Amino acid sequence: MNGRVAIIGIGTEGFSPVTPHLSFKELTYCAAVKAYRQAGLHPKEIDSFITASEDFMEGYSIFDEYVPDQMGAVMRPVHTVTAEFLQALGVGVMMINTARFKTIAVEAHSKASNIKTLHDVKAFALDPVYLRPLEEDAEFLAGLEMRRFLRDSGNTEEQCAQVVVKNRGNALLNPLAGHGAKLRVDDVMASGAVSTPLKRLDAAAAADGAVMVVLAAEDVARSLCANPVWVDGVSWFSAEGNPWSRDLGVANYAKLAARKAFAMAGKTVRDVDFAEVCDEYSYKELQHLESLGLARPGEAGYLTENGFTSLNGDLPVNASGGSLGVGHAFEASGGMKVVEAVLQLRGEAGAHQVKNARTGLVQSWRGVPTATGAVAILSNE
Amino acid sequence: MGYRRVAIVGAGLTKFVRRAQETGPELSWQASKMALDSCSLRLKDVEMITLGSAPDGFDGVHMKGEYLLSGAGGSNKSYIRNFVGGGTGVFAPIHGWMHVASGACDVCLVVAEEKMSSCHPTPQGAFITIFDHTTEQPLKPTLIWIFALEMRRYMERYGLTRADIARVAVKNKKNAMDHPSAQVAGEYTVDDILNSEVLAEPVHRLDISPAGDGAAAVVLASEDVAKRLTDRPVWLDGVGWNLDTSYWATKDLYYPRYVEKAARMAYDMAGIKEPHKEIQVAEPYDPFDYKELHHMEGLLLCPRGEAARLTAEGYTARTGNLPTCPSGGALGVGNPIAATGLMKVIELFLQLRGEAGKRQIPGKPRVGVAQAWGDLMQVGTVVVCRS
Repeated sequence: MNGRVAIIGIGTEGFSPVTPHLSFKELTYCAAVKAYRQAGLHPKEIDSFITASEDFMEGYSIFDEYVPDQMGAVMRPVHTVTAEFLQALGVGVMMINTARFKTIAVEAHSKASNIKTLHDVKAFALDPVYLRPLEEDAEFLAGLEMRRFLRDSGNTEEQCAQVVVKNRGNALLNPLAGHGAKLRVDDVMASGAVSTPLKRLDAAAAADGAVMVVLAAEDVARSLCANPVWVDGVSWFSAEGNPWSRDLGVANYAKLAARKAFAMAGKTVRDVDFAEVCDEYSYKELQHLESLGLARPGEAGYLTENGFTSLNGDLPVNASGGSLGVGHAFEASGGMKVVEAVLQLRGEAGAHQVKNARTGLVQSWRGVPTATGAVAILSNE
Repeated sequence: MGYRRVAIVGAGLTKFVRRAQETGPELSWQASKMALDSCSLRLKDVEMITLGSAPDGFDGVHMKGEYLLSGAGGSNKSYIRNFVGGGTGVFAPIHGWMHVASGACDVCLVVAEEKMSSCHPTPQGAFITIFDHTTEQPLKPTLIWIFALEMRRYMERYGLTRADIARVAVKNKKNAMDHPSAQVAGEYTVDDILNSEVLAEPVHRLDISPAGDGAAAVVLASEDVAKRLTDRPVWLDGVGWNLDTSYWATKDLYYPRYVEKAARMAYDMAGIKEPHKEIQVAEPYDPFDYKELHHMEGLLLCPRGEAARLTAEGYTARTGNLPTCPSGGALGVGNPIAATGLMKVIELFLQLRGEAGKRQIPGKPRVGVAQAWGDLMQVGTVVVCRS
């Protein structure tokens, strides 16, 4: 380790269900300009750049080709990870810890509205030998997981619906959010099956948007930035790779990543003042809270129903509105959550500011059919 | 501030073949197992894994990294996929270097897999979508066309003939006869190359490496762990990478500036001041014969425009002053893209340890460079290895 690593600039564009006025390059450009301005750095002063993207989501075979210009990163050390934003952030932290890099820009974006056949793209992620012959929509795995999780943990479908009500309600207070709504549990319960017991409103709608975060080594951060947010710990893990041999009831990737991230940070769950966890599906928020150790097994639904995780609760979860309320931006979703945590820790979250935010936990998951996710522990002290 | 030194301590490489019976995860498993066995480690000793593989379009699998995960040993590990197009094979160990040099782990498994045969009838079907959807795809370009443009520009700039360039193919295909993984080794004459079928003038069939399937893996370790595992670690002393603009058609293609930038980054880190004197073995990326020459110049191993003359003089032969692609390169061993880049780094590993067998170059080389190239005439990835 070579000192601490801080976030000294954030930039976003979106998040909206559609962005007909901006191309994917323009989305990234807008986010990048904001992040560089906030960091007080010209892109020439950024040592290296990382993009998190997936070819099929972009509609290009080698999407790495199309990233440098709009980031101001032409003829610079740029690379792609086909991973979630939070994993890319972890790679950025590693790069600074090599002591060969002082500043790193991490980018991810979603132009999901350009994808005519999102469900077909998701189906292409299924193993071509074992799963694709079933000719199922990839979300059948989310339905299976939800059923298994509810059965094993004792949480209920209504408690999952309460997550949707909470997050979409929080989103009404977040100017970046595209899917804020006042809903009742009954609305979710009556929204029709996607893959029983998963219902339409249990699943986050897609959003377009871009995120850039500028990371800096401690000395640079202290000289440039009055309110750095420290990345105290970050880790990513994959659980059992094949869905057919995995325990669908628990999120082992979150458990493993949290253990390592907390160890890096020298902190425990008790230090966490608020959390932004992956809620691409409502049950995932509950499952992740339990696997991360933020709720005891079987209690996440009860805590949600009783306001423990709401904006004014003891542990606000997805104060941003999460993927359910902001919109799911795929590889950029973890980025949206990092941005939210930074705003909270700087006290700049406005109407959705949580009280006494000193340490936040951000967690991401790569969606079906994966069991890959990351955890970061951020703090302002 | 002290830097953590990173060593290669083990390597594994499958055969490169036109169409492997194995799935992508199985190929990844084979290479990973060989690499771990070669340094007497087990998967439980590996803390983190990074895998490189080129487009998902080859396999027709979205999130290919997740698909290959179980084969590459990624279950219940910190696992990530890195991807810089054709430059991925040499970038993969650079990504592994980040893992170990940062202190995130002491042992990192680096895997590079490619299975191009799933793409029917040829991988060119996956390549059409590498081009800009508005300005280029309507022209129905193929990769070979744009290489024809670049090769022609390179020939025109320095007054070279096809025969000057074909000598690279002759050399590399011959070198590959000693490589157990080789797919298209053979003894050819310059005339054989010149008289092979034309694909897009001036590119003919034998100027090009073949598509293929294969996987490679290396084990990286921190200094103290490496010294416990082997008497002959090969140090990853310099890493560099660079990405040029997406608008490839706006630049002069005769010289790969992005390769030079990547090379300078790696040489600076390795403390190499005069690469043409200090580098003793080179594995530049040679998917086309002119590319080896192009990349030798970009790597500052010879003056611009001189690479063809040096090749004709035997300077780049295994017994020459600067043995270049002693493995047989992509032209001889084959070109399952990401696996090929890592194959080149493995060749340095073997040459610098004196374990390259019939391919061993004389003079106990101590410093080598490997490079890959990719995207749209755009990315250079470079590593410098020392024994």
